[in-house]
Amino acid sequence: MRHPAPPPTPPPAPVPARAGSAAVPADGGVPTAAIRARRRDLRWGRGEPGRGEPGRGERGRGGSGSDRRGRARWLRWVAWGVAAGVPLVFLGVFFAYPVLSLVGRGFVTDGALDLSGFGDVFGRDRTWRVVGLTLAQASLGTVLAVVLGVPGAYLLYRTTFRGQGLLRAFVIVPFVLPTVVVGVAFRSVLAPHGPLGFLGWDGTFAGVVAALVFFNYAVVVRTVGGFWAHLDPRTEQAARALGAPPWRAFLAVTLPALTPAIASAAAVVFLFCATAFGVVLVLGGVQYGTVETEIWVQTTQMLDLRAAAVLSVVQVVVVTGVLWAAGSARARRERALALGAPDRVRAVPLALRGPGARWSDRLAAAVTGVVVVVLLGLPLGTVLVRSLRAPDGGWGLANYANLATTGGRNALDVTVWQAAVTSLRTAADATMLAVVVGGLVALVVSRRPRSRAARRSVRVLDALFMLPLGVSAVTVGFGFLISMHDPFGLDLDLRGSTLLIPIAQAVVAVPLVVRTVLPVLRAIDTRLHEAAAVLGAGPARVLAHVDWPVAARSLGLAVGLAFAVSLGEFGATSFLARPDRPTLPVVIFRLIGRPGAENLGMAFAACVLLGAVTALVMAVAERLRSGAAGEF
Amino acid sequence: MTDDGGAPAVQATTAPGAGAGLAVRDVVVHYRDDDGTVATAVDELSLDVAPGEVVALLGPSGSGKSTLLRAVAGLEPLSAGRVLWDGVDLAGVPVHRRGFGLMFQDGQLFPHRDVGGNVAFGLAMAGADRAARKARVHELLALVGLAGFAHREVSALSGGERQRVALARSLAPRPRLLLLDEPLSALDRALRERLAGEVRAALVATATTAVFVTHDHDEAFAVADRIAVMDAGRLLQIAAPAELWHRPATRRVAEFLGYEAFVPVATAPAPVADAVGAAEGVLALGPGSLLADADGPLPGRVVSSGFRRGVVETEVDVAGVGRLTVVQPSGAFHAASAALPAPGDEVRLTPDAAAIAVVPE
Repeated sequence: MRHPAPPPTPPPAPVPARAGSAAVPADGGVPTAAIRARRRDLRWGRGEPGRGEPGRGERGRGGSGSDRRGRARWLRWVAWGVAAGVPLVFLGVFFAYPVLSLVGRGFVTDGALDLSGFGDVFGRDRTWRVVGLTLAQASLGTVLAVVLGVPGAYLLYRTTFRGQGLLRAFVIVPFVLPTVVVGVAFRSVLAPHGPLGFLGWDGTFAGVVAALVFFNYAVVVRTVGGFWAHLDPRTEQAARALGAPPWRAFLAVTLPALTPAIASAAAVVFLFCATAFGVVLVLGGVQYGTVETEIWVQTTQMLDLRAAAVLSVVQVVVVTGVLWAAGSARARRERALALGAPDRVRAVPLALRGPGARWSDRLAAAVTGVVVVVLLGLPLGTVLVRSLRAPDGGWGLANYANLATTGGRNALDVTVWQAAVTSLRTAADATMLAVVVGGLVALVVSRRPRSRAARRSVRVLDALFMLPLGVSAVTVGFGFLISMHDPFGLDLDLRGSTLLIPIAQAVVAVPLVVRTVLPVLRAIDTRLHEAAAVLGAGPARVLAHVDWPVAARSLGLAVGLAFAVSLGEFGATSFLARPDRPTLPVVIFRLIGRPGAENLGMAFAACVLLGAVTALVMAVAERLRSGAAGEF
Repeated sequence: MTDDGGAPAVQATTAPGAGAGLAVRDVVVHYRDDDGTVATAVDELSLDVAPGEVVALLGPSGSGKSTLLRAVAGLEPLSAGRVLWDGVDLAGVPVHRRGFGLMFQDGQLFPHRDVGGNVAFGLAMAGADRAARKARVHELLALVGLAGFAHREVSALSGGERQRVALARSLAPRPRLLLLDEPLSALDRALRERLAGEVRAALVATATTAVFVTHDHDEAFAVADRIAVMDAGRLLQIAAPAELWHRPATRRVAEFLGYEAFVPVATAPAPVADAVGAAEGVLALGPGSLLADADGPLPGRVVSSGFRRGVVETEVDVAGVGRLTVVQPSGAFHAASAALPAPGDEVRLTPDAAAIAVVPE
């Protein structure tokens, strides 16, 4: 089709034989010079025809243009190949390979495949109890997080009030706290002498679920809230005008519109709950173990790699199933939804009192107030209070002063401040990796290719990059340990590399970056791309001038989130951190494990430090984002 | 546009496969929904647009006119056929190299750029320097009546202002062909009528070749040199407005244009058939084809009647013809305030041969 020849139908005399080869401007081939002259005269400015429009002469020309087009198409394929390939290679080398190595250990005996482990492991009652408990905990945790989180999303993203920014930053803190710390915090709250000891939840199912909700509340609030903030309110207004009371309009119009965001958040929360490790280990112990803790127990305590491998496979299967279900639910609706034009979406001031008071606001404020104070505030407050409790029983900053030491009886090899610096450096590297890889994934996955095969591969890619969310960080970390001393049979021991921890943390953070940037990219109207293309912007420039400015504001948030998660990452890091270069969470874990009030006090002080840094990072990211949104 | 410079419109209609301007040849476009169903949106359609000409694509919604426009722009792949510019096949020429402009129904202004930034976008893509861009933006904003708006945020604009900015943005890089996709449909009627005139003026002033998609008859007649009537993906007729109105090619076209009653010449009431003088075919009668006349040869019975802006429209049931709208000047205030013809009243009518079209059987 792309030959420069004239049309097959015999052209009438005035048509140039080979328009493409004729050295005429874009208007070339117009039969009568009179028309051409007339057009030019009538053109604006009457300047030189070529002025202000270089490059235009090439347009639509045949001839050598067809080679150029072929090259352009080829380049395009290469560019997208690289964009999809870099993350795939990253994921393949640093996620699939270590995890599969670990799993392989369980199934390969003397070089032969041995699947007898499945029958063996599933023959145990313990396995079934663990699987059942995992599902029950994750389901209940997810439901509660959604029920509590949706009012929070409304309050924090659809209304305005003083201190909202602070509250938003506060809500995200639990999500990025090290899991072991949260476990200890909840334990101290629920212990018989703790503030909520009367509930008798210490070491119970309820306690574990409460801690899971504590962690994941922020996921729901932020995912649903971010979506809600851009939802066109006029559909709800239309329902109100049609006679629906507020609750009815919410149920019939707003809630269905929020479904993609809720489904997306619920899927992520379910995965986090199902793979929760530290918090379950501390709170539930062996009695309320999950598949995740069971993998850890089998690997490190019972040294039964086969059982651990079987359980890993079970976990991957469950996770893949959930991802698939959530992905298809989301894909069906996400694209059909148009986000409102920004000028129409305006958060309204919170109305709790006076004639304009709304019950919805009161309900949301009440629910969120209880959640923030009891569920989030109490454990965090307990940690803060205990950090101020000096080892000698008095109050003061002694624990913070001790951060410059290596702990009682030299519990650590470095001071906590040194560990904090290591943490920041590691997190910076991890963030860079995660944002580059996650940004590329979001970019590729946000495309809407025409061909069905390409569309399907985009969906597969989307699901693939959610996998690290569902596979335990413990598995990743342990997999790194056993595979990176001779990766792919190469004589290259990477275990000593300072990049290994950032890479492991990036693997954990990439899905979060994707989830942050992707919805924003997907919400860009295709016709905006088309408008730019028609105005002469090639594919690369459409990306630079349309997608980039819009996505950049969510990228700020992604950077903050990735940084915070890397700072708090514990599961994988605990396997990989060398004693002389631990990160803050590893130090905290070590301090908790050592005897002595001094070490425990230091652990709490370090927790406060980590929480404060995390909150600061999130607050800055939030500020960056809203500042950028102001341009919009 | 066709009154000087060598009547390009005639040339284009008489020379299929011609060189100058846009040529659409046997184009088929299939539209694939997200659920996988395939529909034929454009069905073996051919069309020519001469340089400097403004052609309106008129048709009911779903007739494929927007899809055709997008196919010409390069945004929809062709299943068959060719799109040519100046005789050169555009297959494989990507959207951004076609040098065409496209204006969307809702403008699709870039939300992160101000008005000036939007208008300058195409110029920046073409590599124009800052001074040239600034001058051109200034020039075009003045052309669309928005001088001094360059630094406004697009979110602060009204609907009409947005469309003006979108028009300015489309015209700024001097597209060799401007495609307008229902550019005025989202606006209210008064604004639409005024803007239709302004769009026409802007297109003429810049001598822009344009294809203008609309489902609004008034808009098509107001803006276009020629009107192409589309239905179900096919081109029914393309002609200058007057020719289209007075010589509709088929009964379908006549119906679409608003002709109300169709009577074969053989069975038409004698006064009507005699007045037209056609030997065969079907007579198409619309508002204005029959005039109220106390001595008229045709009897009719009033069905309903109403006062419109300066006219009285009466729906009359005419024996042997059918129901038809008769339009009369409403007269002075006192006459207009008098009782309208009541349903059931008998009226006399006389045919106006000039307002009756003949279409093939």
